[in-house]
Amino acid sequence: MILDEKHAMLQKLYRQFAETEFTKELLDDLDETGEFHREILEKMARYGFTGVKIPVEYGGSGGDYLAYALLIEEFARVSPVLSVYVNTSNSLGGGPLMLAGSEEQKQRFLPPVAKAEKIIVFALTEPGAGSDAGGTTTTAIQDGDDFILNGRKTFISGAPMADDCIVFAKTDTSQKGSRGISMFIMDMKSEGVSLGKPEKKMGIKGYPTCDVVMEDVRVPKDRLVGPLHKGFQYAMKTLDGGRLGMAAQGVGIAQGCLEEAVKYAKERRQFGRPIAQFQAIAFMLADMATEVEAARQLVYHAAELMDAHSDEATMACSIAKYYAAEAANRVAYKAVQIHGGYGFINEYKVERMYRDARIVPIYEGTSQVQQLVISGKLLKD
Amino acid sequence: MKIYVCVKQVPDTTGKVAVNENGTLNRASMATITNPDDLNAVEAALALKDQVEDAKVIVVSMGPPQASSMLKELLAMGADEAVLISGREFGGSDTFATSQIIAAGISHLGLTDEDLIFCGRQAIDGDTAQVGPQIAEKLNLPQITYAADIQKDGKTVTVKRALEDGYMTIQVPMPCLITCIKELNEPRYMSVQGILGYDQKPITVLDYEALKDEPLIEPDTIGLKGSPTNIFKSFTPPVKGAGRMLAGTEKEMAEELAACLAKKHVI
Repeated sequence: MILDEKHAMLQKLYRQFAETEFTKELLDDLDETGEFHREILEKMARYGFTGVKIPVEYGGSGGDYLAYALLIEEFARVSPVLSVYVNTSNSLGGGPLMLAGSEEQKQRFLPPVAKAEKIIVFALTEPGAGSDAGGTTTTAIQDGDDFILNGRKTFISGAPMADDCIVFAKTDTSQKGSRGISMFIMDMKSEGVSLGKPEKKMGIKGYPTCDVVMEDVRVPKDRLVGPLHKGFQYAMKTLDGGRLGMAAQGVGIAQGCLEEAVKYAKERRQFGRPIAQFQAIAFMLADMATEVEAARQLVYHAAELMDAHSDEATMACSIAKYYAAEAANRVAYKAVQIHGGYGFINEYKVERMYRDARIVPIYEGTSQVQQLVISGKLLKD
Repeated sequence: MKIYVCVKQVPDTTGKVAVNENGTLNRASMATITNPDDLNAVEAALALKDQVEDAKVIVVSMGPPQASSMLKELLAMGADEAVLISGREFGGSDTFATSQIIAAGISHLGLTDEDLIFCGRQAIDGDTAQVGPQIAEKLNLPQITYAADIQKDGKTVTVKRALEDGYMTIQVPMPCLITCIKELNEPRYMSVQGILGYDQKPITVLDYEALKDEPLIEPDTIGLKGSPTNIFKSFTPPVKGAGRMLAGTEKEMAEELAACLAKKHVI
């Protein structure tokens, strides 16, 4: 795909911002401390990144899915974790409200999220409900004008600094599986909400993840998002868009690894010449570049289908996520291999990228879930 | 209040420099950027606009039609309008001719005692630092060069000039022309909203026809033919070898230096 003028300008802006603002000091600090950096998030908000996909009438920038995918790709190319910073508001946090929120809810919750004054996170996964999201055991029982929530959500990215949380809970326990689930936007300061300890993760450090525990939490009914008992379909729709973002993250990681590998292969000398002059290395680079480009085109194509509200968009997003996530890991593996021993050392960018890449085929639908979606669509008729 | 900002699209000198047979730059074969000092001028104008109600930032450039890609980026940064002065008759102008044409353009667009003109100190391709001051001369305006700080108060501006050995603070009435240096500010980026909405803002093209009746335009002194300076020769200077730092005690370093110079038959 050849980008039109505006998307090419957006790509240039994202790249300029990432290359200038994501300094080595910042990236090292994120990785070493694992702590959240609010300042860089605020700077991202100033240029409209945190609200790139949120409509203008709700305080966002009004960009399309392609503008969003390019953002995640360019940020992930320099820093996978900082691409998550701009992903949450546009995808899992703001997404459910954009899809199913009432006008009043959109006016109330989206503008502060678009401007990063508030953070909304997404809580679907439970200790016993990962890929099988229908296995949700968190309950929300109506009591007058409130719902009372009980349960435990796990691996909730951004929970330690969240102001609100999109929670999926069973409102009709008589219905089985994914039925009878509703979606709420829960105030994290509500009585009865407690947090687990931030997880010590392999990668994506600097965006803390922890459990959210709910014990008799009262959520007013004006915080029910979308129709009662029918929240699960919105979780799935949100994840369609989220998958596109994570596919773009895979492309960005792979591109970043490829560039590092090319640079290193030209510099590193063994047997009297740069290792890039050995066909074993040069061909590895060729394979990497081919995979990066294939993944990129799948992502851009899926973004176009999302923007066109095509029926094929769900499958295209799954294909893009499946391929890009796996490609990112193959490319990161080769980038480390080309770096040899140095690639195993923390000081080199590919070491961090390799760790960061590992989550991409896992979160927002594992590769196997994507295979299920793809094969399910293929075999449906 | 109008704030004109004069901007130039220049070759990205971090890439390869290509020269035509007549000595001028072969701009078509080089990647282009907005002249870095001009971005400081744009930022100064946008920062002033953020403070002053009803201020309008108008970016003005003289150049080929391709310069509109730069103007779009400046609109995406927050400028309100863009003006491209472009025509075959203007091609090949030196700084004397260029400043005359830009001055005529600004005069054509209108300049009142509430307005300001900002320029970058100099362009990275020619490095003359002449166009800004010459525009001021043609328009009979006070000029302040090397601005490191700009404060507006009513119809006067107070500018801190950065000189080699210190600062000079001067106050001038508006309208006036100020040339900006890198130390003045940190230019903002474009924004997503700016990019998605730049096409709602006007880019006006002023050609020779539009400007020919301006009193400042003298047909004999514009373009390559009318330029009093001609380029004799352009070349890329040979790459100098990298410097080498010596380490050790003073005596060791002196010995090593002497040995090195002797080896090269300098001493």
